[in-house]
Amino acid sequence: MSDITVPAVNLTIDGQKVSVPGNFTILEAAREIGVHIPHLCYHPDLSREGNCRVCVVELKGARSLVASCVYLVADGMEVHTNTPWVRETRKTVIELMLANHPEDCLFCVKNQRCELQALAAEVGVRQIRFRGEKRKAEKDTDNPAIVRDPEKCILCTRCVRVCSERQGLDVYTSTNRGFDSIVGPAFGLGLDKVACSFCGQCTSVCPTAALTEKDDTHEVWDALADPEKYVVVQTAPSVRVALGEEFGMKSGGIVTGRMVAALRRMGFDKVFDTDFAADMTIMEEGHELLHRIRTGGVLPMMTSCSPGWVNFVETLYPEILPHLSSAKSPQQMFGVTVKTYFAEREKIDPAKIVSVSIMPCTAKKWEARRPQFDDSGYRDVDIVITTRELARMIKQASIDFAALPEEDYDAPMGISTGGGQIFGATGGVMEAALRTAYEVHTGRKLDNVDFCEVRGLQGIKESQVDFGNGLILRVAVAHTLRNARKLVEKIRAGDADYHFIEIMACPGGCIAGGGQPYPIDNDVRAARMKSMYDIDVQKTYRKSHENPAIIELYDTWMGKPLGERAHHLLHTRFAPQERLK
Amino acid sequence: MNIKNLADLRRIKEQVKSETSSRRENETQIIVGMGTCGIAAGARAVMMAVLDEVTKRSLRNVSVMQTGCIGMCQKEPLVDVVRPGEPRITYGNVKPEDIPRIVSDHLVNGRVVSDLVVARL
Amino acid sequence: MEKLARAHVLVCGGTGCSSSGSKIIIPALREKLQAKGMEDEVRVVETGCHGLCEMGPLVIVYPEGVFYVRVKPEDVDEIVETHLVKGRTITRLLYREATTLETVPGYDKIAFYKKQKRYALANCGHINPESLEEYIGADGYEGLAKALDMTPEAVIEEIKASGLRGRGGGGFPTGLKWQFTRAASGDKKYVICNADEGDPGAFMDRSVLEGDPHRIIEGMAVCGYAIGSDEGYIYCRAEYPLAIKRLRNAIAQAREAGLLGEGILSGKFNFDLHIKEGAGAFVCGEETALMASIEGRRGMPRPRPPFPANSGLWGKPTNINNVETFANVPSIMRDGAGYFASQGTETSKGTKVFALTGKINNTGLAEVPMGITMREIIYEIGGGISDGRNFKAVQIGGPSGGCLPESLLDLPIDYESLTRAGAMMGSGGLVVMDETTCMVDVARYFLNFTQDESCGKCTPCREGTKRMLEILNRICEGMGKEEDIPLLENLAKSIKGASLCALGQTAPNPVLSTLSFFRDEYEAHIREHRCPAGACAALIGYTITDKCRGCGLCKKACPAGAISGETKNVHVIDKKTCVRCGECQAKCPFNAIDKS
Repeated sequence: MSDITVPAVNLTIDGQKVSVPGNFTILEAAREIGVHIPHLCYHPDLSREGNCRVCVVELKGARSLVASCVYLVADGMEVHTNTPWVRETRKTVIELMLANHPEDCLFCVKNQRCELQALAAEVGVRQIRFRGEKRKAEKDTDNPAIVRDPEKCILCTRCVRVCSERQGLDVYTSTNRGFDSIVGPAFGLGLDKVACSFCGQCTSVCPTAALTEKDDTHEVWDALADPEKYVVVQTAPSVRVALGEEFGMKSGGIVTGRMVAALRRMGFDKVFDTDFAADMTIMEEGHELLHRIRTGGVLPMMTSCSPGWVNFVETLYPEILPHLSSAKSPQQMFGVTVKTYFAEREKIDPAKIVSVSIMPCTAKKWEARRPQFDDSGYRDVDIVITTRELARMIKQASIDFAALPEEDYDAPMGISTGGGQIFGATGGVMEAALRTAYEVHTGRKLDNVDFCEVRGLQGIKESQVDFGNGLILRVAVAHTLRNARKLVEKIRAGDADYHFIEIMACPGGCIAGGGQPYPIDNDVRAARMKSMYDIDVQKTYRKSHENPAIIELYDTWMGKPLGERAHHLLHTRFAPQERLK
Repeated sequence: MNIKNLADLRRIKEQVKSETSSRRENETQIIVGMGTCGIAAGARAVMMAVLDEVTKRSLRNVSVMQTGCIGMCQKEPLVDVVRPGEPRITYGNVKPEDIPRIVSDHLVNGRVVSDLVVARL
Repeated sequence: MEKLARAHVLVCGGTGCSSSGSKIIIPALREKLQAKGMEDEVRVVETGCHGLCEMGPLVIVYPEGVFYVRVKPEDVDEIVETHLVKGRTITRLLYREATTLETVPGYDKIAFYKKQKRYALANCGHINPESLEEYIGADGYEGLAKALDMTPEAVIEEIKASGLRGRGGGGFPTGLKWQFTRAASGDKKYVICNADEGDPGAFMDRSVLEGDPHRIIEGMAVCGYAIGSDEGYIYCRAEYPLAIKRLRNAIAQAREAGLLGEGILSGKFNFDLHIKEGAGAFVCGEETALMASIEGRRGMPRPRPPFPANSGLWGKPTNINNVETFANVPSIMRDGAGYFASQGTETSKGTKVFALTGKINNTGLAEVPMGITMREIIYEIGGGISDGRNFKAVQIGGPSGGCLPESLLDLPIDYESLTRAGAMMGSGGLVVMDETTCMVDVARYFLNFTQDESCGKCTPCREGTKRMLEILNRICEGMGKEEDIPLLENLAKSIKGASLCALGQTAPNPVLSTLSFFRDEYEAHIREHRCPAGACAALIGYTITDKCRGCGLCKKACPAGAISGETKNVHVIDKKTCVRCGECQAKCPFNAIDKS
């Protein structure tokens, strides 16, 4: 947060002396001494705008109040965060927001998770003295991933900033002016008409219900209630390290066993693990990489398991589509396998199977609806819900999550390795692929399976691994689409001297995906990431190709990686998307 | 035009000031009677001669003015010369060829051209 | 050498006079002079604004300095035949004093000008704004030449010594601002001239740009030299096409003459200028929004600090001053700080240009020394209240300013006294109101403006001004509630305290000042459903008294068909149908219709 080389300054906040580096804001300085200043448009991940004016404080000598989230500290400054003027103004500002906001809090999807609601309670708004015109605007429900409700928008511009600063997409912009201002895509278009990747980062920073994941929980309840249906569920690797936060547990708490138990109690017939499918993805993608290297195929090969990233390429850079691995994402490999292999094996009519996936991601809802994903003969994945939706369902089912026993996934598609598990963190797919590709290529056992160079929150990571026989595998890992774009531009310029590149659309990877519990900052990312690697270490098997269930699948049914059946079921094609760029 | 220094600026300024001297009411004035009578008697030619002479001599701070009939129609064209602190001199029956003398002797050097004078005010 | 023209006819080509017809007068004059063979003898000069726009088109004939007002194309023949040929003044075209009704032949004798001290406006109306030579003839660019002989530090000291403060509204000491920008680290620095004049009714900047564009170029070049900048921008609203045209012309002339560009006045100083046309959003007058707009982004303000002096245009140290501020710089440099510093009050030096509008006889631009009283401006320069009505209030400082009552008319005008009184200097808008003006309606007018011009970025301004306007609308419609006044005060305090930029921070001023000086009018609207000034349509009504002779004129005039009655009988107005336009009252020949 701070740069220790910046000289310290001394100031007083509410009479307390504090010494902080000169590049601290008043808000940050106050936090150092435990003074809490309410704030709203501020977000630790994003640039500071100072537009909501909730965090105003009194500064001795200043004519007006100042926004503590943007105002830098200075020597001798005297700050008061709790004067009548400040309290009254803060309250009026929030009241003004509420005066232009629907009053349906009790029924709102964000009820009790809404930052505006929490602030109103915190500062003690007990009435709205202003009755007048409210913003009227249509909801955007035209896509399967994200719902935009401009009437609930308080124009904090967090979405504008996250989309621009993190993703480099600039889908959102301020339109009109003054009271008529609306934040949304240009020309009032729906998100499906513009270059939105559906990564959902906007939903994860939106303080109100102006941007939310599309709620598909009803469909899941309906399927579970239908005695004719056989409902299977897969849970993505990073759901288990975040779900607990929805139940008041600390960031990164591992709740795998309790989550499995909850899903069983909700009535799922089988509780499977996307980690299993991630191992499958490594089998296919790893072999594809080696095949491309051996046969002079298009390099660098790039991962294609992040659907936000796939949307990004299809929309903005269709010319680099040949670089994308043809291997399906774990979600889709799981979907097609459960309605073929599993259905055959268990002698279940695949037409009766409802395949549900729990994902940290909003773009997965879009991915499951891609027309090509019906290689099983049915919709491969029927319903996708996010971690947040799962939490809501657990609450609706009156399950006391903390009191649940720890249970194990069902076999065979619940059996997985550490390689599949770390898929959810930036660098994880790369590391899992390296573990398998090395052993497959060299035939030698890997001494140290930890490829620490590709771990962590640095935007773009690079590494080299000596595969022997003169092959030094050069790899790069990027997370966020802004960083991804840098690598794409490198490829376009002919400067990308890599064999393999991993891209995850969300900052930190799926652990901080657009469907994960919030608030999220880098501390939360680090905690969830650590848990991913903790689970990895505790696994019996840490390399995907050693997964006994995977070995059985290939030996008994699928054939060889990249083989005919695998080619048909586990690989796909991508095509350009025509949208407003 | 390229202006290199303050001296260039001042030179242009002086030139412009003389060109625009008629935008000020100067204390030194030469006034031509331009009533109907004056014009009939040839005042316009006299006026043009005055302007030529003033231009030729680059006289600054001189106003060339005109006035209506002052009631001495038989002596038109009438030309008055006013110099600060001196009586106003009226010349009568002025012809264009008299103008150089009136301008150089009187307007510039203060010597009244006695043979043309019809009144001193 | 060009032949000396014995007479110069100066025709105002400012926007005010152009729109009242001066554009036709100029060619007509030239044509007539040519027909008379007098084109060498008489020179026709198109000038910038003289300020007395109410009386336009203005024509001034030199050397006599006769000041003709409201000149029409059909007057051209007479001006040539009678004045220019025969030397007779045309009395009917002379300016007539509003107070004495006497005609005044000379420019300098008109009361509107007598009290003025035209310093920034010195050349406006007196030189041809499209001629670099005429500007130089009026001592132009001597200030720059002198500055270049000094050290930049000495230039800044001179500006500081003059006491010049920002004329755009804030009143920040100009020399200090320059010093901050000079002291900021960075190789590249910018000078920006804020010509985004946006207050309703204000046109002082436009007049300077149109009438004396070289003055701004010179002022900016001096600033560039002082702060160490080689590049400047003039941000001018596109609604000022004439100003932009004159600026472009002037910049080209200055480049050609070596007064802009590389090696100015054959020295080492390089400085060049660009013009950036803005779309006229009020908020773009705010310096950070203005810079965002120049950079091609949405014109929205950002929090300060960092101030532009440290991080301005494209993140580089930038000095922004408005037009009138720069207009004062050349003379200060040329004459030294002394004269400027000798004018005005202790804290506010020099002169200030005001745009007089409203219910006043002489509307127009007036440049006065600081410290002059409002009464002098309104009654002596402005010629008093029009139509013989009584003064009620003066709104000073535009939408950010406040309304001051009669009791404050003797207040000497300077930055501090105006702020203390609840108004502000602003850019110099001055709207005079008489007894027929409703002060709640005035507050509503300004709030409507700021609400409409709010950029929408910060909550208090975006949402708060809307709610204030809704409350004011309610009060004007007679639907106000007792708690509306404290609610307005509470909102005003929050908006002033918490808004991001000056637009929001000052938006409540018109409401607060009217509440403090004319609270009784608010109370009358709320408690008695009555508009004391008789201006709020919803609160007035018309009745026909028994003076009515049944002529039926009112019935014919009524656009709503609200009047009924038989000929020669007393007519009646149906209150429900009546739209309160007042047409009936205006038409009644018997004074039989009362407004209440």
